[in-house]
Amino acid sequence: MSRMVDIANHVAAHAVKLARVGVVSAYPITPQTQVIEEISALIDAGEMDCEYIPVESEHSAMAALIGAAAVGVRSFSATSAHGLAYMHELLHWAAGIRLPMVMVNVNRAMGPGWNIWCDHQDSISQRDTGWIQLYCHSHQEVADTVIQAFRISEDPRVILPVMVNYDAFVLSHSYMQAELPEQEQVDRFLPPFRSAWRLDLDNPLTHGSVIYPNDYEEVRLSMHQAHDNARRVIAEAADEYREITGRYHGALVDLYRMEDAEYALVAMGSLASEARVAVDALREDGLAAGLLRVRSYRPFPREELAEGLGGLRAALIIDRDISFGMEGALFSDCKAALYGRSEALLYNAVTGLGGRDVPYTVMVDELKEIAAGKRREPVSWPTVRLNRHHQDSREGMQRCG
Amino acid sequence: MVKRARKDEDKGRPEDIGIITTLSVPTVGSVGKTGSWRVFVPVKDEARCNKCLLCWIYCPEACISKDIEIDLDYCKGCGICAVECPRKAIVMLKEDKSGGGAP
Repeated sequence: MSRMVDIANHVAAHAVKLARVGVVSAYPITPQTQVIEEISALIDAGEMDCEYIPVESEHSAMAALIGAAAVGVRSFSATSAHGLAYMHELLHWAAGIRLPMVMVNVNRAMGPGWNIWCDHQDSISQRDTGWIQLYCHSHQEVADTVIQAFRISEDPRVILPVMVNYDAFVLSHSYMQAELPEQEQVDRFLPPFRSAWRLDLDNPLTHGSVIYPNDYEEVRLSMHQAHDNARRVIAEAADEYREITGRYHGALVDLYRMEDAEYALVAMGSLASEARVAVDALREDGLAAGLLRVRSYRPFPREELAEGLGGLRAALIIDRDISFGMEGALFSDCKAALYGRSEALLYNAVTGLGGRDVPYTVMVDELKEIAAGKRREPVSWPTVRLNRHHQDSREGMQRCG
Repeated sequence: MVKRARKDEDKGRPEDIGIITTLSVPTVGSVGKTGSWRVFVPVKDEARCNKCLLCWIYCPEACISKDIEIDLDYCKGCGICAVECPRKAIVMLKEDKSGGGAP
């Protein structure tokens, strides 16, 4: 066990090294760049036996990764925000032809306006590409989840790419302690990659060519069922990882003080760490609060949500994203999971967009308002406040006539 | 309280179909005789051909054999062979589809 005090981006890079990745292809973008910088430094120093393919764009990075995975090599990339959006078409490709691979996405807001800070709009916008999406709340979880992600992705019951998400700057650039497992431990947990299929000159195959209406739906259902299988595989990977390393961050969800809770916060990523503080504060004030942190967004933990929230009085779902014209995306999913199964009241806070600070006191105030029965609207934007810049932009608009 | 999923919710749910992908094993003419898509047809001039085999290399549909026989069942008439032939031994002619086949 080696301990490092470093930024989450470097922690992720060292986890990739431990996973014995054979090909890395990526294009630099803030706030992800240090992941691939560190990997290229490890390769340069001879510490990592890996081919690094430099490319001119994220679209090409994912194309190169698809090529690498298609010939049976364990592959990794990292990106953020607009880089992820630029990959969009190829995300469908990687999942659609059933290629195992892992990609770190450092969650960053989408422009315009140009904003490099954290929210989840980038990955939520890729929700339906077929990728498994995991969200981390600490440096330690980043290290452990990157390693687990390869296991999940390569499992014969799954065979789908996995996106490991963690928050820009709050995690990516902040120095925190993390423990990395020994190489021998990782090798025990993660056997060498044996691909279910691969391109081979001696055994020619075509993948992803024309497919007619008579054949298509079954391919999509198979992907959907692989996500269903992944629920169990994610839990197994977390359990086995705990047996080997002693560390555990939850399976599809991570519960905190939920045993006797009457009210709960639901969150993903680093806001869930903030929510723990809020839960402790609420408990001190006599409110039986708990936290349900969603670790796997796709596959979505339907049953865990229904069981965790079903018996509560109310819960506040915190979304660091907005599905325009509807509500926070996580809120919609939580409501769907509880539909017809619970009387619990669910509310939504859309907050922390574009790196906006969300103090735990906001969560405390929101949940207290809900518990007091004073909450009117289902969706709130509790950290919105108009300032001089907004006024300037209004005046600029007015000058345009 | 949590209500368990009702039994009947599980009916109508497709059985586990396992891994079904878009993987296919290439075979000759798996989507039919694609030569029917052709508008222009390659016509070879034996006298000009020196058997350099550039047409064989460049044909994207592998429709030209090493004996420079053109398989018109699958030739889509793209004309690459005619463009690449350095001796202009292949020309593309508008095909008469009135029933006569290649002119």
